[in-house]
Amino acid sequence: MSLAKRIIPCLDVDNGRVVKGVNFVNIRDAGDPVEIAKRYDREGADEITFLDITASSDNRATMVHVVEQVANSVFIPLTVGGGIRSLEDISRMLNAGADKVGINTAAVFTPEFVREAALRFGSQCIVVAIDAKKVSSPHEPDRWEIFTHGGRKKTGLDAVLWAQKMVDLGAGEILLTSMDRDGTREGFDLPLTRAISDAVSVPVIASGGVGNLEHLVKGVTEGKADAVLAASIFHFGDYSIQQAKQCMADNDIVVRL
Amino acid sequence: MPSVAVIDYGMGNLHSISKALQYAEPDVNIFLTSDAETILAADRVVFPGVGGIRDCMQALEKHQLKPVINEVATTKPFLGICLGMQALLSNSEENEGIDCLNIIPGHVHRFPKNRTDSQGDKLKIPHMGWNNVNQENNNHPLWAKIPQHSRFYFVHSYYVNPDDPHVSAATTDYPEAFSCALKHKNIFAVQFHPEKSQTVGIQLLQNFLHWDGTN
Repeated sequence: MSLAKRIIPCLDVDNGRVVKGVNFVNIRDAGDPVEIAKRYDREGADEITFLDITASSDNRATMVHVVEQVANSVFIPLTVGGGIRSLEDISRMLNAGADKVGINTAAVFTPEFVREAALRFGSQCIVVAIDAKKVSSPHEPDRWEIFTHGGRKKTGLDAVLWAQKMVDLGAGEILLTSMDRDGTREGFDLPLTRAISDAVSVPVIASGGVGNLEHLVKGVTEGKADAVLAASIFHFGDYSIQQAKQCMADNDIVVRL
Repeated sequence: MPSVAVIDYGMGNLHSISKALQYAEPDVNIFLTSDAETILAADRVVFPGVGGIRDCMQALEKHQLKPVINEVATTKPFLGICLGMQALLSNSEENEGIDCLNIIPGHVHRFPKNRTDSQGDKLKIPHMGWNNVNQENNNHPLWAKIPQHSRFYFVHSYYVNPDDPHVSAATTDYPEAFSCALKHKNIFAVQFHPEKSQTVGIQLLQNFLHWDGTN
């Protein structure tokens, strides 16, 4: 009897359509976020995260509509990240049915925004997304920094200290992405995940680099993550959420089956 | 058509709870409202809430809802959810101590820091995710068709400790057992989010919508 580790599929949404290819059989419209969310819900996903990658802010209203439609029939927690820059953005997403919002770049440029958001809406719905990259040389102790703009811009901020600062300001959860591993399918950056999880009191979601189910297991057992997030291994039908959970359970990790 | 008032006092996401109620029972009229008359006229009442307790109590004050809640909490099937459960107790230690509605005598405490689970791993706060709900009185109508120890979705840093242990309807371990559901006459209150707890959550809402308010 204890709290389950969570498995969270993530969908990239551009102008209301799921991108980066989703390859399911028996799904009528593989680009429809509502259809895919329903599918993941049926498979036993513990939460669903949407990352809005719509470039133009004019089209952001589309994402609100997507969240509303998903929330009408999928009754598990929904997180929306991407383009959240103001209290109004948060309010719109929560009213549409999102349970949490992910704040990324806005937190780097205006840390106070995290405090304001947590005070207004409660820490439970404020997820701070951290994109970190290793900056230490092989012979030095591990050190990671925060990067913005998809990993291209260095900020000089130490990732562990930054995570602690975000929690002090009111973040209720940390979504940690290794920019070194993102898209590689080589597995999470486990020392990074472990360092952040040990340093903060709030739950940490590991992200970036999952290529197989063993990676998810290690994220929890070695990285000490409270939840694991993955996109492509689920989208392309390599593995189902049930298979992922069964694999975690076989490795003595508590999951919701 | 039976009617349900979902009390809207500006504390959090009411879209999900109203959609979940509608999904659980298509033939029910749902009102998201802060209007006293509408709440008093409804067949049953849902009192949701997320956020901090100080803001919650201030919002109830501002909308002049305290007497209304006191009234309906003794007269019709009433479901408190998350902060809407905590607000029913006498007081909370959140925000340096806040007096609450005192409908169910007891206190609201913060989870202690630096606890570990049985494997020695740090327990994070908020308590966030799917945890087992151990029904203490599993013939209560709200537990109908819900298997013992089912997992529900939680997200909270404070928990209730009622003075009368008999009002506890279920416990959850984190790592010690705390009351995650209370029953008190026509009131049922839960710390977890049934509207976010998939099949078992929808079942609990459906049970509530069919409940006559007695044990």
